[in-house]
Amino acid sequence: MAELMKLHYEVNGDDFTRAGETSSKVKKTLNQLGFNPEVVRKVAIAMYEGEINMVIHADGGEIDVAIAPEKITVVMKDVGPGIPDLDMAMTEGFSTADHSVRELGFGAGMGLPNMKKYSDGLNIETELGKGTTVTLEFNA
Amino acid sequence: MSVGDRTEKIMKLSKIKEILDAEVLTGADMLETDVDSAFGSDLMSDVLAFVNDRVLLLTGLVNPQVVRTAEMMDISAIVFVRGKQPDENVIALAEAKGIAILTTAHTMYVACGRLYNEGLTGDEKEV
Ligand SMILES: Nc1ncnc2c1ncn2[C@@H]1O[C@H](COP(=O)(O)OP(=O)(O)O)[C@@H](O)[C@H]1O
Ligand SMILES: [Mg+2]
Repeated sequence: MAELMKLHYEVNGDDFTRAGETSSKVKKTLNQLGFNPEVVRKVAIAMYEGEINMVIHADGGEIDVAIAPEKITVVMKDVGPGIPDLDMAMTEGFSTADHSVRELGFGAGMGLPNMKKYSDGLNIETELGKGTTVTLEFNA
Repeated sequence: MSVGDRTEKIMKLSKIKEILDAEVLTGADMLETDVDSAFGSDLMSDVLAFVNDRVLLLTGLVNPQVVRTAEMMDISAIVFVRGKQPDENVIALAEAKGIAILTTAHTMYVACGRLYNEGLTGDEKEV
């Protein structure tokens, strides 16, 4: 197997208008590395939903991306409030987002379902009051 | 998904501009770009649930996340309905990402109806 590229990013939690910058950077890198555009799009969409969640639900966090020729892994870690009921959170349409988020086009409760749909593996570890770590895996 | 009949409904941005009496805010050099379906929504997660290239996005929202959403999905053009004018930073972001932005005074319903009437349909395939 060829080399493994590792990327690390900090996601600012105060600025919703900037949410998505990290996903944008990763998308660009994957395109430059010559990954299949369909794969790149899946990574971009799932990661973007995750990044939005980090900003609207958890005050930002850190994202680590590991890129190998056959696999892309994205780990999104925050120290936010955690998710009380994961099954509920995974349900399409379930959202605790407030009105201000909805006005911006998010908070429809489709983020986690979209992340599941577009990734080849979704793992969520969450603890109330401690934070949430979402791991997304993609077969390239 | 039916790939075979796609060519019939291809429409250039220049035609869309004409049908919607739209103004081009950025991407004037992209008017020859083709789209083959359209999606109208103010819910970005719904937009993100549908993957299709060459789709036109119509929306009443004008925040930067609309451009980000288009970027993630490789959407090449956005129409802001109801005469909504985005901030300069939104236009600049779209410009940087190579996404065309049009704005029309028509409402969402009328804008979609006009395009549909002229042959630009929706692709309801969900991934
Ligand atoms: N990183 C997170 N930290 C805390 N809660 C979260 C996080 N991600 C998701 N959630 C919870 O799960 C719910 C569903 O998430 P999602 O499907 O993305 O929908 P939405 O973001 O539109 O509310 C959110 O409303 C929120 O309550
Ligand atoms: Mg979400």
